[in-house]
Amino acid sequence: MTTMLHRVSEHLLSPGGLSLDALPALLGELAGPGIDAADLYFHDQISESWVLEDGIVKDGSFNLDQGVGVRALSGEKTGFAYSNAITAAALGAAARAARSIARAGQEGRVQAFSSPDVPRLYALDNPLDVLDRAQKVELLKRIDVATRALDPRIKQVTVSLAGVWERILVAALDGSLGADIRPLVRFNVSVIVEQNGRRERGSHGGGGRTDYRFFLDSVGLEDRATGYAREALRQALVNLEAIPAPAGTLPVVLGSGWSGVLLHEAVGHGLEGDFNRKGSSAYSGRMGERVASSLCTIVDDGTLADRRGSLSIDDEGTPTHCTTLIENGVLKGYMQDKLNARLMGVAPTGNGRRESYAHLPMPRMTNTYMLAGESDPEEIIRSVKKGIYCASLGGGQVDITSGKFVFSTSEAYLIEDGKLGAPVKGATLIGNGPEVMNKVSMVGNDLALDSGVGTCGKDGQSVPVGVGQPTLKIDGITVGGTGA
Amino acid sequence: MSSTDIVGPQALPELQAKVERIIAEARRQGATASEVSVSVEQGLSTSVRQREVETVEFNRDEGFGITLYLGQRKGSASTSASGDAAIQETVAAALAIARHASEDEAAGLADAALMARELPELDLYHPWAITPERAIELALDCEAHAFDTDTRIRNADGTSVSTHQGCRVYGNSHGFVGGYASTRHSLSCVMIAEADGQMQRDYWYDVNRQGELLGAPAYIGRRAAERAVSRLGARPVPTCEVPVLFAAELATGLFSHFLAAVSGGNLYRKSSFLEGALGERLFPEWLTLDERPHIPRAMASASFDGDGLATYAKPFVANGELVSYVLGTYSGRKLGMPSTANAGGVHNLFVSHGEEDQKALLKRMGRGLLVTELMGQGLNLVTGDYSRGAGGYWVENGEIQFPVQEVTIAGNLRDMFRQIVAVGSDLELRSNIRTGSVLIEKMTVAGS
Repeated sequence: MTTMLHRVSEHLLSPGGLSLDALPALLGELAGPGIDAADLYFHDQISESWVLEDGIVKDGSFNLDQGVGVRALSGEKTGFAYSNAITAAALGAAARAARSIARAGQEGRVQAFSSPDVPRLYALDNPLDVLDRAQKVELLKRIDVATRALDPRIKQVTVSLAGVWERILVAALDGSLGADIRPLVRFNVSVIVEQNGRRERGSHGGGGRTDYRFFLDSVGLEDRATGYAREALRQALVNLEAIPAPAGTLPVVLGSGWSGVLLHEAVGHGLEGDFNRKGSSAYSGRMGERVASSLCTIVDDGTLADRRGSLSIDDEGTPTHCTTLIENGVLKGYMQDKLNARLMGVAPTGNGRRESYAHLPMPRMTNTYMLAGESDPEEIIRSVKKGIYCASLGGGQVDITSGKFVFSTSEAYLIEDGKLGAPVKGATLIGNGPEVMNKVSMVGNDLALDSGVGTCGKDGQSVPVGVGQPTLKIDGITVGGTGA
Repeated sequence: MSSTDIVGPQALPELQAKVERIIAEARRQGATASEVSVSVEQGLSTSVRQREVETVEFNRDEGFGITLYLGQRKGSASTSASGDAAIQETVAAALAIARHASEDEAAGLADAALMARELPELDLYHPWAITPERAIELALDCEAHAFDTDTRIRNADGTSVSTHQGCRVYGNSHGFVGGYASTRHSLSCVMIAEADGQMQRDYWYDVNRQGELLGAPAYIGRRAAERAVSRLGARPVPTCEVPVLFAAELATGLFSHFLAAVSGGNLYRKSSFLEGALGERLFPEWLTLDERPHIPRAMASASFDGDGLATYAKPFVANGELVSYVLGTYSGRKLGMPSTANAGGVHNLFVSHGEEDQKALLKRMGRGLLVTELMGQGLNLVTGDYSRGAGGYWVENGEIQFPVQEVTIAGNLRDMFRQIVAVGSDLELRSNIRTGSVLIEKMTVAGS
């Protein structure tokens, strides 16, 4: 037995009088005529957040959530129940509820457990414990003072620090048995600036599957947290000068890094296995077809060390992979969980994720990004006569059926005769995924991943994700401003 | 799960006792004041797709949260664990945070004298005795009607029936304790229409405290199907500046942006374009926005707010003028104003409206865009700048011409509020915000 399994099972199972040895019998209660698959997902999560505003640390919060999710599958049917109590009695009741969906059929059998041997992508220690409370408060205060000292136009500073530590154990009828310990931290600085009666906001932050020391690491001449403050202020000051964005269809250059939100919306969701099994995605049935310009190679990679979207194993116990979604513009692969992989006759890709024990797993992205191309980013901007350069984006959304997607800019500039011009106000951009991806005409050599702030929502479930891309040019997309 | 352990009003005394136990524990550990919220919720959701059962989900959630104070310092903690050990540990966690938080002169419970004394019965609890088998039948029936509506309905994205009942009790160390049991039932249907290589998805749903009052499955299925089919052939329109009619189900969003902009948290953080706008005429003179928190069985009714204050009916906008901010105790103190008993939000907002239904408003609009879908979060509350992805229908001579997609609509909320031409009589009844369709004089539509 691996130390990970031992450690997590001691923590999650022992308090309720359970052990790993008891799991086959519990799964046996789920197995029965007509059940094709079943699993138990034990989970606990401790989280905290600290917020500073008006120069004082006003509040902090701490949360402990734990429970077990019990799932039984029969064909395309899923039965699901969960409990906050991790005891044999609670599991039995949940199992009876979950298996109520079974049709008549073959008797399922519990397979012998085997645990995948996976590389460890992040540390085992509690990320909340590396600083004591006084040090956390001190950090927030120090960053507040440093931020306010940067510019007299700053009227309001909000600094926040948040950490999560999760332990999961998943045991399935097919014999998978896996455990994972997952840290996740986040730091954010938001400022309001005012000049001549005009106000604007700027915000920046980062994090990953690491601990709070990440924010104290030196990046250049200062620590990472101070860098976030400087960047938040820079964005706010740029926006103070912003003029209305143009309205209409224009060439758009997207900067590297967080602009990968474009790929997450325009491509990523449409390539999740569930939508393709159901035929409800604009990409359904298009495997092997050209769906993007030949400059585009896009992957979903859950195996990057310390990244926000990474996982050693997914929430069904499958090791994560680097899955090529689109290669040189051709559709190569979907992201799969066990249910959709089984129904589509392919292998799961380690993308079965769930928000908690109280939610069902679904195919979800991990870290989704486009590989670098050959163009110099400066040359990409020079190639545009009249258009928009988006240095940073806000959130996005997609309708996977029609392929329409949107994202909004948070820092953008006009491009006039190949040069950056005035900053423009935030605007929503809208396009159709496959059409826009075919209009990618230049890809930069400057691939960057985001700083670790992404959260993806699907069917009411939130999971942390990463995005990334090099600078790239789209020949035409609709820009939703109010100007000429 | 048997019907004997169904969550209902009979659980309230036990939850109340738990609130009192947690407050006592906080006092024992040294807190000078505390407030506690305890809840238990139970439900069933079933979904079908393509005439087959897709999921049957049972949920039961319990938990509590505490905010406690050491003088003017504050800490919060919550958990889904139960038992005395969990209470002790959660109180200790909140206390440890309070010890390290800063003194905040605005922190603390609302004044004891302001605690709600009478809690009107709002009739929010109506359990629906529906078995999973019956819920599945209803969903299948709804989807079948959707498929029968039009041959271009070739796929489905899920039809679901869900029923939830829960109990929540709030109490604080002033001795206030209040609680209620409530239910929420829903039926929703998402269908996919396909023609000429284009797929379009749309939905319809209903939600009610009483399961028996939900819209008929046949109606909801047909409506979802008709909406999806009517979008086939959607295309962008050229960039233009035209009147925009927000369908009632989306117009609720305009007023929820307004509520966010006049809520105390955004005001004291200097994060709202409506900071200092109290007393200003923001809307046309005929427009009134008022809160009616005590409507029996309404989805957002409540007798007390998140601080234990009695909720009361009042206008936020009268004759177009902003007459009240939306304040809780904390944000009120920050702004030097009394709380409006809106800690936790607004309970049933009514928008005044005229006699015209959506069809009449299309006539009034003449030429413009009817918006039935919005995408993205393109709103800057600091400046009021608004830019969102949109879909809907192009209108000429007061008649729908063709479906529109892949456009954006943009403007500034301050201008949009002032330029409201009319609010329709076609009221959206499912939302916390009760409004008809809203016609706005002019917005920038960006397209091809």
